[in-house]
Amino acid sequence: MSPSPSMARPADGPGARRSRAGTLHAWLPKLVLAPSVAISLFFVYGFMLWTFILSLTNSRMLPSYEFVGFAQYARLMTNDRWWVASSNLVVFGGLFVAICLVLGLLLAILLDQRIRQEGALRTVYLYPMALSFIVTGVVWKWLLNPGLGIQAMVRGWGFEEFRFDWLVDPDMAVYTLVIAAVWQASGFVMALFLAGLRGIDDSILKAAQLDGASLPRVYWRVVIPCLRPVVFSAVMILSHIAIKSFDLVVALTGGGPGYATDLPATFMYTHAFTRAQVGLGSASAMLMLGGVLAILIPYLYSELRSRRHG
Amino acid sequence: MVSFDKTTLALTTSLAAAVTFSSVQAAEVEVLHWWTSGGEARAANVLKELMEAEGYGWEDFAVAGGGGETAMTVLKSRAMSGNPPSAAQIKGPEIQEWGELGLLGELDEVAEAEGWDELLPPTVADVMRYDGSYVAVPVNVHRVNWLWANPEVLDEAGVEMPTTLDELFEAGEAIREAGYIPLAHGGQAWQDATVFESVLLATGGTEFYQQALVDLDEEALGGETMVEALETFKRLRELMDDDMSGRDWNIATSMVIEGDAGMQLMGDWAKGEFTAAGLTAGEDYLCAAAPGTQDAFTFNIDSLAMFRVEGEEREAQQALARLALEPTFQEAFNLAKGSIPARPDLDMSEFDQCARQSLEDFQHTADAGGLVPSMAHGMAVRADVQGAIFDVVTNYFNSRDMAAEEAAERMVNAAQAAL
Repeated sequence: MSPSPSMARPADGPGARRSRAGTLHAWLPKLVLAPSVAISLFFVYGFMLWTFILSLTNSRMLPSYEFVGFAQYARLMTNDRWWVASSNLVVFGGLFVAICLVLGLLLAILLDQRIRQEGALRTVYLYPMALSFIVTGVVWKWLLNPGLGIQAMVRGWGFEEFRFDWLVDPDMAVYTLVIAAVWQASGFVMALFLAGLRGIDDSILKAAQLDGASLPRVYWRVVIPCLRPVVFSAVMILSHIAIKSFDLVVALTGGGPGYATDLPATFMYTHAFTRAQVGLGSASAMLMLGGVLAILIPYLYSELRSRRHG
Repeated sequence: MVSFDKTTLALTTSLAAAVTFSSVQAAEVEVLHWWTSGGEARAANVLKELMEAEGYGWEDFAVAGGGGETAMTVLKSRAMSGNPPSAAQIKGPEIQEWGELGLLGELDEVAEAEGWDELLPPTVADVMRYDGSYVAVPVNVHRVNWLWANPEVLDEAGVEMPTTLDELFEAGEAIREAGYIPLAHGGQAWQDATVFESVLLATGGTEFYQQALVDLDEEALGGETMVEALETFKRLRELMDDDMSGRDWNIATSMVIEGDAGMQLMGDWAKGEFTAAGLTAGEDYLCAAAPGTQDAFTFNIDSLAMFRVEGEEREAQQALARLALEPTFQEAFNLAKGSIPARPDLDMSEFDQCARQSLEDFQHTADAGGLVPSMAHGMAVRADVQGAIFDVVTNYFNSRDMAAEEAAERMVNAAQAAL
């Protein structure tokens, strides 16, 4: 992107001035970018480092610098609530990503059948993404409340035995998070897949049909393999949403019943900010960062590799 | 351009005037608090007016958010940057934690001049002191072990206000048969803990409460009395409705007000909801000590802790501490908050029946030794221990298959791990 020397050089004028202008042109982008680089170095990477340092200390209410090695991590490993939060993340993250992908792909394929009013339908499915998770959480909290929402409605229709009380059931409550998050994000995945589908060359499909492949077979063997890069980006984005989920839990279940729907993010917040355990909270934050990196590094690696090949 | 210059000039002049003015005006206190709801804010304003009447400035530093979590975060960042406010709403053992950090300033001169030692019950005074010196001033006393009830629902079920746990269960059955929810409750960790500590107090008495939830004695935490308290606590669940998960406490209170539910176990801030609904204590709603805890009083005291400041600001701060305990503020503030004054010598004629009973019980238990700090409201143990106990209590209360013995064992582990 750097300006080419020929463009930078003025058409006429003395040589000294020309070179000064050239230097300015060469340095200007760096100068302009420098503050934002410095800011992100400090506020992102600097604070990451600080969190790591804090996670090695016995900080309680305020940060202290009395180092205790990995004791906070050891405490975390024996903390029952941390394990509930982590296993919840696996269940929630796994189901959320999988269901969003399947549902998004299905919606995209159906929308791709050259139907009427596609634009309007697409908007309908995409709109939940425009809401914040807080709004989604509150709405689903009402819908899923047994005495107020779906259960009460169906019972009102005369099905007195109908039960749908996942929200207040400690074993099932984590699935209500999945329901709400899928409702919010599957439209977005649909849009991603739709873009991918539009990018597939028609002639490939026609060739497959000429060879006598049935429509499901064309999709299974030809279209879906072509969408692999889209799947990849969708998984990346969805995993981030899953790991960082905080507002949805706060609005939908408040981490309850008990702490049955706690996620690492809510765990970290509770311990660092309300329970005066900054050290333990930092340790959990570092483990979350580890989780994000475990997803991000393979992604960056494959991105860079494919660019080099390309 | 001319008008622009004029504006600039005017601005500069007024700015300069403001600067001079504030430096002329004697001294100022900056008070961090989260009394931001209508009644509370008006009550805090009384203190501000009292300060201004004596010629001191009051810089309001209100941070909204009921539980004060946000306010605490702000306070921590201010303290860390070496610029704490003059006073902040801090309560219970947290005062000790701030004291250990060496950030609090002492109030001994004011305390001596005003005779705080005689004025305040020793249990309350202990909370306000760090290392023998007063560092905080109490503004009110909330009682946590209350039972609230709707008299119409009780009449219809044909029951009286229960005074023991057994009577509570009997009354609950009768109320359920009459077609109401016996006990309104919200499934949030702190509400679970609020009910639990009242049950524990009724089961084991004040001495046991002190051992288990204040001293964190392992034998008490893992012993038989604890198991019994946990089992009784779990049985209360049968008196609650199924939809309580995540419900806010004031919604639960409104269920009692509306007559959907019969009773609620909640601290006296619930009175604010009854009052706001235009109900009169003793007629439209009933209050009594939580069943089985007539001789005990679990207190939750709001206080203003004073940070270490110098010079004029310190003078203003000392004035603030003095005024906060004076009858004018104590009365106005507590009428709005639903609590009782921290000094027991006030004229209570303005207060309602529940508050008068509260004060009577407060004095009585202070003499007889039934005054205990509330664990659920951060008066008994540090925030990390409190959190760990919350986890056990709420997990046990919501789990289908956890035995009380296991919960008691976890309680011991929680107390140990957090120490």
